[in-house]
Amino acid sequence: MKLHDLAHGRTGDKGDTSNISVIAYHAEDFDRLLKDVTAERVAAHLDQPTGAVTRYVLPQLCAMNFVIKGALKGGVTRSLSLDAHGKCLSSVLLAMPLTDSDVKSV
Amino acid sequence: MTPFRIGCGAGFQGDRIEPAADLANRGELDVLVFECLAERTIALAQQARMKDPEAGYDPLLERRLRATLPGCVRHGTRIITNMGAANPWAGAAKARAILAELGLSLKVAVVTGDDVSGSIAGYSLDETGETAQALGSRLVSANAYIGVSGIVEALAQGADIVICGRVSDPALFLAPLVHHFGWALNDYEKLGRGTLIGHLLECSAQITGGYFADPGVKDVPNLAHIGFPLAEVTADGNAIITKLDDTGGMITPATCTEQLLYEIHDPARYIQPDVVADFSGVTFTSVGPDRVAIGGATGHPPTGQLKVSVAYRDGWLGEGQISYAGVNARQRAELARSILDQRLTDPKIDERLGQLIGSDDDMRLRYAARCADAVTAQMIGEEVESLYLCGPAAGGGVTKSVREIVAIASTLIPSDEVSISAEIQGETHEVA
Repeated sequence: MKLHDLAHGRTGDKGDTSNISVIAYHAEDFDRLLKDVTAERVAAHLDQPTGAVTRYVLPQLCAMNFVIKGALKGGVTRSLSLDAHGKCLSSVLLAMPLTDSDVKSV
Repeated sequence: MTPFRIGCGAGFQGDRIEPAADLANRGELDVLVFECLAERTIALAQQARMKDPEAGYDPLLERRLRATLPGCVRHGTRIITNMGAANPWAGAAKARAILAELGLSLKVAVVTGDDVSGSIAGYSLDETGETAQALGSRLVSANAYIGVSGIVEALAQGADIVICGRVSDPALFLAPLVHHFGWALNDYEKLGRGTLIGHLLECSAQITGGYFADPGVKDVPNLAHIGFPLAEVTADGNAIITKLDDTGGMITPATCTEQLLYEIHDPARYIQPDVVADFSGVTFTSVGPDRVAIGGATGHPPTGQLKVSVAYRDGWLGEGQISYAGVNARQRAELARSILDQRLTDPKIDERLGQLIGSDDDMRLRYAARCADAVTAQMIGEEVESLYLCGPAAGGGVTKSVREIVAIASTLIPSDEVSISAEIQGETHEVA
């Protein structure tokens, strides 16, 4: 099961920092997402240093916000990437596999 | 009390014009806001102004005004915009010329003070650690994200069209709410709520189903004719976000939640010039088709500092692309990339990226590099092009490009070092 099966999200950018929201479609899935989709796992999935990712939680919206410093390799204006804004990153994150242990709790 | 109706007619410089005209015609708006300045837009506008003193405002300003003025005049809708970019005076002059031609006697105001290029020399930039002064002649522009005060003053002076340069995006929307409802500038709960409305509206269709669709999972109706949003705001600062009937797209708690967190870091501390908005308790409630009630925002006193975006010339970007298809395409593209790696060894190449895009039997090699000067950047595309004759078999479809890099760094300056004013009918009103 992928994160994409249970959640949606959006990427934003400010300078060299990217932020990605992860929002559960259904409130009953939010707890397992909170346990599974940690800042550490997001950093690993996006190939970023662990310390670069901070997670904020908005339980009433079943939403998390991941802020990733340095994700945009110099920012929109200097990056050599085709998607210099990192707009694709939310879909890359949603491809993250969910861990098996959490499947049991559904 | 009738709700105050505020709409968003543009969320970036290249946004569609027809949904804005529709909002002006049928939205019965009190205010229509055009937000057209991304982080780098103002620097590019400044470069345009250096080439032509009459340029430097949004190139679509004329088309946007001509498309929306008829509806705005009919409904008494005021227009607020940052389309002044690096030259709000010239933008206002253009607006006045259009009004004169149309025989309209609307008042145009110019808000200034955001250009702090003359006073930031001693401040160090977050990204580079060096002072702005160290950039020397590479400095292109430095603009502070200013708050509501200039726009509020312009509206108080009776402006029908307010043209600004850099203003914090949500402040373009917060300002008319402060003016209309008479909110005190230390009523941080109201300012926080108004900031939420501005934040949700400022990217136009990003809250009406744009930047959202994911076929089979998140389907959005009639994206080809997506409508732009408006808010029906009550005096307490809460609002319903909606759009016009018979437009495409949709407004749901899900589209609102995605937009709430768009370009937000700590939701409890969204730092703005006039308030530190707190979105941590925001709620969205569906109250009808394409109608979502927002609540739960609040705010805290501002930091006393303004963010400044500093733009500077930072070398040149050269790029070339070539395609390989059919049998062994990936191997040929990889060989091409290694040839470029071997040949492009000039120390004036600061950073490079050789990407293989596509599938194993249809590969596009993209080779991009940031270089110290234009001549070196030119060489990137030329070397890719030379692969036609000197590279692997059957390479085709070369494209190449060179552009100067205008980079953005940021710093903070004390708010009281920025003097903001509103100029209307030939009179200048200092506000801070």
